Amino acid sequence: MASLKRFSPLPGFGLSLGYTLFYLALVVLIPLASVGSKTIGMGCEAFWAAVSNPRVVASYELSFGASLLAAAVNVVFGLIFAWVLVRYRFPGKGLIDALIDLPFALPTAVAGIALATIYAENGPVGSLLKPHGIEVAYNPNGVLLALIFIGLPFVVRTVQPVLADLEKEVEEAAAGLGASRWQTFVNIILPHILPALLTGFAMAFARAVGEYGSVIFIAGNVPMVSEITPLMIITKLEQYDYEGATAVASVMLFFSFILLLVINALQGWMQNRYSKGA
Amino acid sequence: MSASIALPAGALARYETPTTREPLWVKVTLIGIALAFFTVFLVFPLVAVFSEALRKGWGTYLTALNNHDALAAIRLTLLTAVIAVPLNLVFGVSAAWSIAKFEFPGKRLLITLIDLPFSVSPVISGLIYVLLFGAQGWFGAWLAEHDIKILFAVPGIVLATIFVTFPFVARELIPLMEAQGTEEEEAAVVLGASGWQVFWHTTLPNIKWGLLYGVILCNARAMGEFGAVSVVSGHIRGLTNTMPLHVEILYNEYNYVAAFAVASLLALLAIVTLGLKTLLERQTRRQLIESKKALEIAS
Repeated sequence: MASLKRFSPLPGFGLSLGYTLFYLALVVLIPLASVGSKTIGMGCEAFWAAVSNPRVVASYELSFGASLLAAAVNVVFGLIFAWVLVRYRFPGKGLIDALIDLPFALPTAVAGIALATIYAENGPVGSLLKPHGIEVAYNPNGVLLALIFIGLPFVVRTVQPVLADLEKEVEEAAAGLGASRWQTFVNIILPHILPALLTGFAMAFARAVGEYGSVIFIAGNVPMVSEITPLMIITKLEQYDYEGATAVASVMLFFSFILLLVINALQGWMQNRYSKGA
Repeated sequence: MSASIALPAGALARYETPTTREPLWVKVTLIGIALAFFTVFLVFPLVAVFSEALRKGWGTYLTALNNHDALAAIRLTLLTAVIAVPLNLVFGVSAAWSIAKFEFPGKRLLITLIDLPFSVSPVISGLIYVLLFGAQGWFGAWLAEHDIKILFAVPGIVLATIFVTFPFVARELIPLMEAQGTEEEEAAVVLGASGWQVFWHTTLPNIKWGLLYGVILCNARAMGEFGAVSVVSGHIRGLTNTMPLHVEILYNEYNYVAAFAVASLLALLAIVTLGLKTLLERQTRRQLIESKKALEIAS
């Protein structure tokens, strides 16, 4: 083990890395490998039948579509939040800064029943929207709403520090050269924060695709219409269809790993960009 | 231009020069949008939890909490957190020590693997334990033979919780310890301190706020986890129901006041978590600045 590392006078490398790898394998890697082994064991036809079932395909469309849309909404509003939190002073700012992480801290089941109650036909907001022909709860709109809720902090928290570090002199120089405020934003600020925005988008998207608790209460869970993919896994498990559940799970896992690689690449890009800039 | 050059940069408040300031209407609009979105998306749900819980008064609220199933759910949730959080705490410190204090190949990969549970859907986090310990799972037959129950029992719930809260402490500590460097520890070693002495007297005081921060986030998720636990619990009232699962059962039985009463305890936990988080963020930042200053003075 000692030959692996560069020389350091500090003790405990073998012990700490050894324990880290042991615990990682025990808690994360071996359990996750069970999905791969079960998938390989089931054969191509059974796998394909499970993952291409029309009801499952409808759930992919909803899960991925709504997650993309929610992450896009989060980019717009996340940027606005980051902007006002970094640049303006206004009453309630401290409260917003603290509560913006609520979707991380509030258990998803609690968020789910709260959103379902508010936006139900007879709920405080749902009853206001109903006369205008807008129904949010128990259809795909509800899924979108819940996913916007849980993804909000990602964009805010990745963009906020980058925006705070942006040097004022750059913007002054742009203004000095005759750029309007809007031109400065589009040509100077936006390119600077783009890696952070994309990272936040990818993180919100990844979280939304796998989300379960906050969605199922408001989605209505109508087959072919408002069932999300994680719910399909649960449904198959409840029918003791372990192979089917594992097949759908392996599709989601494959997708999550790709997203994880994308997010890692984006973070690498961010680190490069911002450490050079500073 | 000439006027602004004549002034020292520090004399102007940040972002308040006319050239880098948005028109007032833009500023007001942006703040308005943020406040409106904040109110609708974050404040409304929080208020709804408490107002629904207290809809029929304090008496009903307390009765809803003070019954056998609710108390059993609270006990199980606390028990799960008490096991899962310390285990992940020890792992987090160990991982951060090896990653932040030493250089070795494969470090980036290791960090990515540690983050893995965050990118896995909670439902899949539960499914993997069904595949391992279920009747048809890898260890299913062996467990049945020895009459050990993991799935649809407390051990399964604890395992799923450990999985979903696995990265929290490590990912808080790694960047903090990397930023603090190894100079202080090296000095302690040169002065003759043993490995544990270095850790207890040099490293731990430097990372204590960051560590607490990670523990608080880890605990919030451990107590609030729903999807993963829902798959492995079996939903046996009074036995394998955690608080979030109990909320679901009550809600699906149209017992809204009781559902929101239990939910209000979880919401309270979330608010306390966010409050502590805000405080600790300040402390961690201060700690980082202090150790940077100490380094500058030392060198």
